[in-house]
Amino acid sequence: MSGETPLEPAPRVRLCGLSKRFGAVQAVDRVDLELHAGEIHGLLGENGAGKSTLMCLLAGLYRPDAGHIELDRTVVSFRSPRDAMAASVGMVHQHFMLVPTLTVWENVLLGTRDRWLLRPARAIARVEQAAERLSLRVDARALVGDLGVGQQQRVEILRVLMQASPHDETQPIRVMILDEPTAVLSPDESVALFATLRALCQRGCAIVIISHKLDEVRQAARRISVMRRGRLVERFPRPAEVTTHQLAAAMVGEEISLELDRPASAPGEVLLRIRGLTVASSHTGRPAVRDLDLELRSGEILGLAGVAGNGQVELMEAIAGLRPMDGGTVELCGQDAATLSIRQRIALGLRYIPEDRMYTGTAPSLSVLENLVFRRYPDHGPWLRLQRYAPWCQQQIERLQIATSGPAQAARLLSGGNLQKVVLARELDRARVILALHPTRGLDVRATTQVRQLLLRARSEGATLESGVEHARGRARNRGATLERGVEHARGRARSGGAILLWSEDLEEVLALSDRVAVIKGGRIVYTAAHDEVELPTVGRWMTGGGAANAT
Amino acid sequence: MRLELRPRLHRSTRLTLAVSLASVTVALGLGGVLLWIAGVEPLAALRAIFSASLFGGAFALSDTTVKATPLLLCGLACLLAFRARLWNVGAEGQLLLGAWAATGVASFWLPPSLPAPLMLTLMGLAAIVAGGAWAGISGALRSYLGVSEIISSLMLVYIAQKLLNYFVFGPWSERGFPLTPPFPRSAWLPRLSDWADGCPALSGLTVHLGMVLALVVCLLMWLLVQRSVWGFELRILGDSPRAARYVGVPVERRMLVTMILSGALAGLAGMVEVAGVVHRLQDRFSPGYGFVGIAVAWLARLNPLGVVLGAFLFAALLVGAREVQPGGISIMLQGVVMLGVVAGDFVLRYRIQRREREAARG
Repeated sequence: MSGETPLEPAPRVRLCGLSKRFGAVQAVDRVDLELHAGEIHGLLGENGAGKSTLMCLLAGLYRPDAGHIELDRTVVSFRSPRDAMAASVGMVHQHFMLVPTLTVWENVLLGTRDRWLLRPARAIARVEQAAERLSLRVDARALVGDLGVGQQQRVEILRVLMQASPHDETQPIRVMILDEPTAVLSPDESVALFATLRALCQRGCAIVIISHKLDEVRQAARRISVMRRGRLVERFPRPAEVTTHQLAAAMVGEEISLELDRPASAPGEVLLRIRGLTVASSHTGRPAVRDLDLELRSGEILGLAGVAGNGQVELMEAIAGLRPMDGGTVELCGQDAATLSIRQRIALGLRYIPEDRMYTGTAPSLSVLENLVFRRYPDHGPWLRLQRYAPWCQQQIERLQIATSGPAQAARLLSGGNLQKVVLARELDRARVILALHPTRGLDVRATTQVRQLLLRARSEGATLESGVEHARGRARNRGATLERGVEHARGRARSGGAILLWSEDLEEVLALSDRVAVIKGGRIVYTAAHDEVELPTVGRWMTGGGAANAT
Repeated sequence: MRLELRPRLHRSTRLTLAVSLASVTVALGLGGVLLWIAGVEPLAALRAIFSASLFGGAFALSDTTVKATPLLLCGLACLLAFRARLWNVGAEGQLLLGAWAATGVASFWLPPSLPAPLMLTLMGLAAIVAGGAWAGISGALRSYLGVSEIISSLMLVYIAQKLLNYFVFGPWSERGFPLTPPFPRSAWLPRLSDWADGCPALSGLTVHLGMVLALVVCLLMWLLVQRSVWGFELRILGDSPRAARYVGVPVERRMLVTMILSGALAGLAGMVEVAGVVHRLQDRFSPGYGFVGIAVAWLARLNPLGVVLGAFLFAALLVGAREVQPGGISIMLQGVVMLGVVAGDFVLRYRIQRREREAARG
């Protein structure tokens, strides 16, 4: 989408020598950057490279330790996001700043105080008109808590746009920053988002996108800047002329391999057998999963391809025991899941990487160590022995390179990518059946490759032998079984490999990892194909519903 | 000089303790200013309060300990629920129900000739059951119907008061006075002064066995919330119920059980107060122990061992109140201490520091 018109000579925004330090970490280090009206600017970097911090400086969330910001050739100093908003600089954060118990229109107009009296009918009409004009499809009267992430993001964008120009929505926002906007979107939603963004650009807005999806940035951005360890290290004025590999290399500072090592794996016994499963959606009460059949064997990854909202989450939650089943059977490691508590499923080796990592995947105020031991702490009877796990936790932190000030740091103070690594480290440990939702969402290239590799390894190896033996020792102690038998059991486990049910909105990820791909639509599996036979266009057709025409 | 806030990544126990002590000190200082405005000599008033309670010899200390006993138990009751972010603000009602049940056992339902250990045990059990059941109502409403436990537990306080009044003024009244007949001796908790015959120094010391019981309970609670898997799950539940379910905690049942246990502790406080101090049931025997318990738990920052300190501080303010005029001073100080504690939370959460101007050279 590189434009034909030359950039205006005077930039909309100039960041001059911006620096910001958090404790011992120099998050942003003397960064100079220019943003022009009418451009989409891609900002790339690994987790913790300082992209979000830099943009938070521009949006008034943090104040720089050094350097200054010029907006349309005037030096500005924002004391708060409200100041920035008043200067028509808005930011859409990775974690949305919405109040779930309020409706869409209330959220959108929250904090805009142009009149004392609130007139709901008029307010709703205003929000609906703005949404219409910007082609952001949202129901202004819905409760934000009831919406999916994609819809919530549209609300957030609408909120930023309307608050940045509260009196006249036709006056476009001057600067708009989006922190990983497409991480939570389906491919269709991403396309719609970029259409909206391009429309904004044409009306003279300067847009910054922070993203880990290199291809997407390469296509959408007019210029790309790459940050590494707080510094702006490289600029690409013509993204169309660089490769994804070059971008990745610039981010990590070295040539890295994005290739996956895909060890051969023979499918073994059936670990998960689903017959006629029906699960109701919590919003509508209508079935989100209908009469679904599925089999998952040890040593294989079954990837679900599907547009968000076609029953993927409900399916996973029902298997995990977090949501009641309304019909059908689920058999986990040979046992009827209806008779199993969540805890028993976990003991059988069921692991779950949830979509919502902040409040489901972790208890945010608890420490990194406490969050890492979620699957291990009940092993040793009624008393809690957290220190016992300290070496293991340290090992996980090093293995996944979790950027933390230490195991005692509160999980909520981790960056999004690092929080995801905590969840992954925990869920891949001693796993037999893994339900993975967006396992690499929000992770940088290097971490993404690493996590994909870990998933592939979990598939071919299952629970690693050593952790299996250790687990067997714990069981032997608890139940009086002989150690030999337990170890034998662990060896058996290690031989058989793990089973992974994967859903990711990144279709390429699904295709790259899966031994079999199943397209889920309307709560049913409508198409399956093996890794070698799968073709992207066919899968895409089935996902969007055109597949039926090609069938038979 | 420009200041800025940075979230603290780590919180040490030592820091927590220091901040708690500092916030109480600052609060008492602020209270002094208010006293001075009211025309009272602040230092004299504070000295009067604390010399009448903590530092005024054996009798003063004994009185304070007696008051600290139900406060300690109520503080623990609140702490347990608060750890799971269940806002049981009705410990007062559970305490009243506990006292009511203990009185029933001691004076009406069982023969007075029961041996004291059996009698006291049964009274304690009755109080635990009654307090637990009372809180269990709020717990069940919260767990299974989503009714806010703040509202229901508070409203149940008023119902408990009326229930108590009915019995004290009606069926259990002694000759029309709003109190029951005194308990049989077998239903009195042993006091230090009981041994005054053998050791005259003990005469007049009203400290009773309840304090020992409360300290034992305190230790058990420490083990439960700080050292057990159950307590760990309670923290997960308090932090994020969804994460608790994900970990495998049966969330609804756990919330109900927690409320019941919390109410049981408050009920026990009621039994200890009637069996150790009043020796009968009368209206208004509690000066709001259950409500002060909320403040105690908060001052202790939900650490069971800290509750001991909090209970003694608030007991001192209660006892000291008798010594200073006007009588509202002590209540005012309680309020200021509470505010100090809440303000201290902020310091625990954030580090306040000067902005680094030369950070770019790092």
